[in-house]
Amino acid sequence: MKALSFALKSLRRELRSGEVLVLLAAVTLAVAALTAVGFLTDRIGKAVARQANEVLAADLRLQSQEPIPESWRTLAAEYDLRTADMASFPSVVYRGDDNALSTLVAVGDGYPLRGTVRIADRLFGDEQTAAGIPAAGTVWADGTLMARLGAEVGDVLEVGSARFPIAAVVTYRPDQSVGFASFAPRLLMNTVDLPSTGLIGVGSRVTYALLVAGADDAVEDFAAAIEPELPDSLRLRSAEESSERAFAAADRAQRFLSLTAVISLLLSAVAIAMSARRFALRRMDPVALMKSLGATQGFVIGVATVQILLIGLIGVVVGCVIGFAVESAVSWVLADIISGDLPPAGLRPVALACGSALLLLAGFALPSLIRLRNTPPLRVLRHDAVPPAPSRILVAGASLAAVTGLLYQSVGDAELLVYVLGGIIAISAVLYLLGRGLVAVLGRFRSGVGVAWRYGLANVARRGRASAVQVVAFGLGLTVLLLLTLVRTDLMESWRRTLDENAPNQFLINIQPDETDAVRRIFEERGIEPPALSPMVRARMTLINGESAKDQSFPDPGGEWFVNREQNLSWAAALSDSNEILDGEWWPPGYDGPPLVSIEEERSMETGLGVGDHLTFEVAGQTVAATIASVRKVNWDSFQPNFFLVFSPGALDDYPTTWIGSLRVEPEDRDALVSLVRAHPTVSVIDLDSVLKQVREIIQKATLAVQAVFIFTLAAGIAVLFAAVQSTIDERRFESAMLRALGAGQRTVLAGVMAEFAALGTAAGLLASAGASALAAVIAEQLFNLPYTFNPLLWIVGLGSGVVVVCASGYLAARGAINAAPVDVLRGAAA
Amino acid sequence: MTILSDVSFAVDGGDSVAIVGPSGAGKSTLLALLAGLDLPSTGSVTLNGHDLNTLDEDGRARVRAQSVGFVFQSFHLVPSLNALENVMLPLELAGMKDARDAALRITDEVGLAERRSHYPAQLSGGEKQRVAIARAFATRPAVLFADEPTGNLDARTGEKIMTLMFDLNRDSATTLVLVTHDSQLAARCDRVLTLDAGKLVADEAAAA
Repeated sequence: MKALSFALKSLRRELRSGEVLVLLAAVTLAVAALTAVGFLTDRIGKAVARQANEVLAADLRLQSQEPIPESWRTLAAEYDLRTADMASFPSVVYRGDDNALSTLVAVGDGYPLRGTVRIADRLFGDEQTAAGIPAAGTVWADGTLMARLGAEVGDVLEVGSARFPIAAVVTYRPDQSVGFASFAPRLLMNTVDLPSTGLIGVGSRVTYALLVAGADDAVEDFAAAIEPELPDSLRLRSAEESSERAFAAADRAQRFLSLTAVISLLLSAVAIAMSARRFALRRMDPVALMKSLGATQGFVIGVATVQILLIGLIGVVVGCVIGFAVESAVSWVLADIISGDLPPAGLRPVALACGSALLLLAGFALPSLIRLRNTPPLRVLRHDAVPPAPSRILVAGASLAAVTGLLYQSVGDAELLVYVLGGIIAISAVLYLLGRGLVAVLGRFRSGVGVAWRYGLANVARRGRASAVQVVAFGLGLTVLLLLTLVRTDLMESWRRTLDENAPNQFLINIQPDETDAVRRIFEERGIEPPALSPMVRARMTLINGESAKDQSFPDPGGEWFVNREQNLSWAAALSDSNEILDGEWWPPGYDGPPLVSIEEERSMETGLGVGDHLTFEVAGQTVAATIASVRKVNWDSFQPNFFLVFSPGALDDYPTTWIGSLRVEPEDRDALVSLVRAHPTVSVIDLDSVLKQVREIIQKATLAVQAVFIFTLAAGIAVLFAAVQSTIDERRFESAMLRALGAGQRTVLAGVMAEFAALGTAAGLLASAGASALAAVIAEQLFNLPYTFNPLLWIVGLGSGVVVVCASGYLAARGAINAAPVDVLRGAAA
Repeated sequence: MTILSDVSFAVDGGDSVAIVGPSGAGKSTLLALLAGLDLPSTGSVTLNGHDLNTLDEDGRARVRAQSVGFVFQSFHLVPSLNALENVMLPLELAGMKDARDAALRITDEVGLAERRSHYPAQLSGGEKQRVAIARAFATRPAVLFADEPTGNLDARTGEKIMTLMFDLNRDSATTLVLVTHDSQLAARCDRVLTLDAGKLVADEAAAA
């Protein structure tokens, strides 16, 4: 009790001292980073959990590219299960001249079988549970579609050849899918209206679904009964399978963000350790005095512990508030790329942050306090009497335990933890060695410079270890920020540069065979280069070299995905400009022998299929077989229609075919597209420009969210800098006084100190620029296959911001020492 | 609180003066005032023709850079600079162009030619004080202030250091103001000022 009141009294005074503020800032930053990430992932996790049971809007979903046969419905009824019909496909929706690509979702009576649909009577109006599905002849649009078309409830939309008034705004659908939505906004309609749109026909990209729900055991029995009977074209999806994927996606996002928070946490830990050490050092004299006056070790350590705990408490409260604010801002930015509203966050992240703050303080501040407890009372007589340093094993052990505990909390995967810990230790070691090297090199320059620079550089070199830690801590935060800003825009830019200025910007899909000439003519009449059209036949791979495609194993998981999905096959007589043969040969002109097929390079690698392999497909109930004759490299950036599998001419002639094509339409010619879609309502036009724009927007928003987390990293780097300056502040104060006694003006003293920070900032900036450039080169060449272009701006900005930020923070941290009175030199300690 | 009152004296150029007195007599405060490290609340100090009261801090620093040298009890070398660089420091602060040559010369004179590139932490107490003396005399100051220069040294080393200091003082005609407890040391000066409780109680020519 006595210790508590003493601690409270002195803490108020101590709060004005530098190291207590740094300690507080470090705890606050760690807590803020943890809670911001914690709140965000908690909310996403909750959204996933809430929707897990209704993510299919049913218990089971039978899905197919063809209409679901009536027999399945009858069978479900025999098991006493409820059913509902659904169909969805992409199509362009018009409101007057405005149009938007959207996903049409046609639903039948009874939808949804699980969960509810919520609607509002106007955009951003109060939402309510929908009583059923859209009445025949009306549609419900989601907010994104309304906004994109500038539509209001009551407006009439053109869908294919039909016109429907918007009856409501859809705010929530159970099966709108969790996580990041596809680009296209949704339009909900009644299945009875489907035929009138004229959009359903051969080759249209419709996914049909039969929703099934009922008592748990009835659903299980039904699923068990139909499983062996299912044809290849029909897929059965259960709620568990779907929610598992959603959970996995949320889990990955959570781990990534947690890892970024861990970096801030580790830097904060360094700052805490540094400032706690000084906290203890500064208390040695008063502690020795109190001890000589008869205070017990318990009282001494009680006071310090209470003070540290109070600092922790303040840090937790302030950190939680900052974390909450940052999280709110981030989820506001992310609002339109995360579908569905996020439930409010729980208190779990706060508990986690409190625990982490305690662990950090215990692991990184406690060793210094234990040392304080052993202060010899002799120190009142002999100033150089210091307590024995705490054993290194104790310090290292406590710190390591704290870090491991923290990492385990946020990562929760022992194997990953080993990698992350190993990685962090290795990277820090490399950076630290680089930092020391830089510091040593900078130190060598000092014989050739003026007195202020010599003094500053000499200081950097003398405090070599602390200097290197500062360079690394600050350089790390800067590296990541450079990556997220400059390197990201660089990569986007160099990708854009590889694109042809005159590359197509419109895709036409779903053109019927008898429409091809008319479509070409629409553009020719207006003097626009008509699209080159390619045929497309939908098929499913059944056999590979005579054995079932399903049972094969592949070198890459992508191979399994490719083989089992619906295939889009094409045929061509001549090799496209954007293709290049890597292996085998393209068929000669006029070839009409047995069917041959050419496979795309990456698919070939993923599946292990190559020249000579024999593939069998099922197309519209019939079988087509072909031998692989060549492996092609495809330049996807050409924006030409390209196919993974291209057949020799004649092989696919007798099957249902639609045509697709791409062309470039300048803004002034866009009315050609309007005429096209009016004349051929089933043709879908995809505007690549606006798709690319949306992709860019999404990337920008996602990086903004990650940047917010990395700002904490940079701030923690600055906290380390402050802590390091604080730990040398007495030396600095004394040296400033001495320089002034020797006749240095205030300007010279300031110049010396700034030279030191400028050198540190240069080293940090160099490290960050080099790190960001190296990572950028790896990312560009390994991940995106783009040529890496050296960007001098990266170095200028890296160096510039390194010097400016370190000098500014260093000035703030050291300004008390710069103005030391020269008379202090007569009272100073020994050098 | 009044630390010094009614203290008035003048020191001629080239003289050596010892300031003695018991602890708390105000010796260090007087030294701080004489060197312009601090200003008196009343009264004035004139240093080498400059009225220190009329100068701001940077002005007083310029006066020190041009005409004052210091030797401290605890040496007070800059730990991050080596011996030679420590000696160069006041030369550069005074704006001298051939700072390095002058520093090389004077480190020779004090017998530190072999230890120039060593850092303070690598030097013995006597060597540190030699560096401090070299630093003090490097600018050929008009006045040298020494605050208990032998206080942290054993008797033999202290004796050597004092001999060095008085030799340099004589050779360069520098005015020496020495604060000390050591009456033997005080006796080697031309004049001894005795302080007690903030007052100047005696001003006499040294016995020897």
